[in-house]
Amino acid sequence: MEEKFLSRNFEIEKAYNLDIFEEHGGYSTLSKAFSMDTDTIISEMKKSNLRGRGGAGFPTGVKWSFMPRDSDKEKYLVINADEGEPGTFKDRYIMELDPHRLIEGCVITAYTLGLRTGYIFVRGELQHAIRRLERAIKQAYEKGHLGKNIHGKGFDFDLYVHSSAGAYICGEETGLIEGLEGKPGQPRMKPPFPAIVGVFGHPTLVNNVETIASVPFIIERGGDFWASLGIEKNGGPKLFGLSGMIKKPGVYEAPCGITVRELLERFGGGMLDGSDLKAFIPGGSSCAILKPDALDAQMGIETMREAGSSMGTGCVTFIDHTTCMVRLATRLAHFYHHESCGQCTPCREGTGWAYKVINSIEAGRGRPEELELLLDICDSIQGNTICAHGDSLAIPVRSYIKTFTEEFEDHIKHQRCPFKPWRTGKSKSKVSSAA
Amino acid sequence: MSQEESGLKFSEEAERQFQDIISRYPIFPANKIDPKTGEEEKKDQRLAALLPALLLAQGEFGYVSIEVMDYIAQRLNLEPAKVYSTATFYTMYNKQPVGKCHVQVCTTLSCALRGGYELMEYLEDKFGIRVGETSADGKWTLSEVECLASCGTAPMFQATFSDGEIEYYEDLDMSQPQKVEAVLAQINRRLEGLRTPKEMHDA
Repeated sequence: MEEKFLSRNFEIEKAYNLDIFEEHGGYSTLSKAFSMDTDTIISEMKKSNLRGRGGAGFPTGVKWSFMPRDSDKEKYLVINADEGEPGTFKDRYIMELDPHRLIEGCVITAYTLGLRTGYIFVRGELQHAIRRLERAIKQAYEKGHLGKNIHGKGFDFDLYVHSSAGAYICGEETGLIEGLEGKPGQPRMKPPFPAIVGVFGHPTLVNNVETIASVPFIIERGGDFWASLGIEKNGGPKLFGLSGMIKKPGVYEAPCGITVRELLERFGGGMLDGSDLKAFIPGGSSCAILKPDALDAQMGIETMREAGSSMGTGCVTFIDHTTCMVRLATRLAHFYHHESCGQCTPCREGTGWAYKVINSIEAGRGRPEELELLLDICDSIQGNTICAHGDSLAIPVRSYIKTFTEEFEDHIKHQRCPFKPWRTGKSKSKVSSAA
Repeated sequence: MSQEESGLKFSEEAERQFQDIISRYPIFPANKIDPKTGEEEKKDQRLAALLPALLLAQGEFGYVSIEVMDYIAQRLNLEPAKVYSTATFYTMYNKQPVGKCHVQVCTTLSCALRGGYELMEYLEDKFGIRVGETSADGKWTLSEVECLASCGTAPMFQATFSDGEIEYYEDLDMSQPQKVEAVLAQINRRLEGLRTPKEMHDA
């Protein structure tokens, strides 16, 4: 049995309570961190090869080193807990089952970089997580893990929960900053990066929940140890959320570098009876779709890129042979159209246009030239917008068409969808139910 | 509009929560022109508190009407247009009243694969309404919603009660409709003490 880190408290009853968390060693890394030189902590973080767990995979230690050290301005910590990438549901587990781990990570991060205030930006729908976090923060204040003069070290740090109100785009770090400031979550141009001009115009570190929850373990066991658990450039274990047509969907911890096949067979229990694997999405809906021949690809930023997709959030969606890929693409395009913030024309117009075209193919009204048109729309969106939201439609849609060309052509040729509909068609839905 | 002119006022408990919310964010003094006198005055703007303050107001006044947005604008010293722009961007603010229980069924990827649409149709028949509608008794509103980070426990729905509380109901395997029935019975009991958002707003 491999040693568990991020999920170690998931099975422990009420580990979200401070006393139980402390009984199992919680907050013990604070005193170690406080005795370390902050430069040493940053160098341990770099050595750990921890990559941002929100999807982009930027090396965390390097991100930390971008934070100005000698600025007079107050600096902020912002935790990105706006988990909403379709297929992704891992950060929730940390917030609901082990919220103190996140708080412990926040305190160490703030101490290292001299941050005085932190906000955990949680999507508003996750009210259960918000309640757990609020309670945990209150307990941490009472025990002196937060607030003034933490552990008598003369270091002050305040931590708050900020509830968002329903906007996928706030998961983009500058959209999130806008949302934290009370504005519509329309992403900002970069540069300047948040490390220089972030929330309220101040230097800001934005990190994902799982990233920061990993920090206490790196302090406890050292950067080299963490790096040794993963593969090259991808340190440590991480949480993998498995969903779709499998026997045991859920969140599982495994080292970076594990193959998708191992995830499916060892943790996911294999495909449901009567379901054959047709395709999988490795790390959230914005990743390119892969066929079963890529099952032996390792979960890592570079390795997944070599396999033709990306690791993203590490939450894999398994799709079976009864699923129509055109319809899945329609559903996905609808999502990105609905969630486009409307700021950049290529994304605002392109996502809606792509949705309409794919939907018409699914409904049996497609024309042969429309596959070229769709690819052209994707090309016109990608790289031409402020943030990566548009790319998140272009990349998967292009991959669905290229990987399952015959299925798209078949829909157009026969002017119908050959698969069993998702709905009976009694009422209007976002996705065509004509068959 | 001054505070005295607004017909709305937070209850004591909501006011306490409101003060807690605004204490979390830095204050930015900004010049604001009084529309009546044309004079400029320094006001402490609290824009960052807007998202949670609007959610609080929705739980208090039922839904986010123009009147509610104006009240929040005045409480945070913001131009009303700023509040409208934010309130209309985020999906959790209801600009129109919904039912006592707003049921939102996820139909994004994993939920679509695992029976999200079946669940939605089941609830349509159960409530006697179609997606996007509110039942005549003001009890239920049914919507289709985008991914709620519950993919491993698909299919599922989120219920937002008129007092602002949100619950997830997960793992609603449609081969066992009794699971959905049990959840609905649970919700029904909870609805007994609640008013509709419209009643809350007009009170």
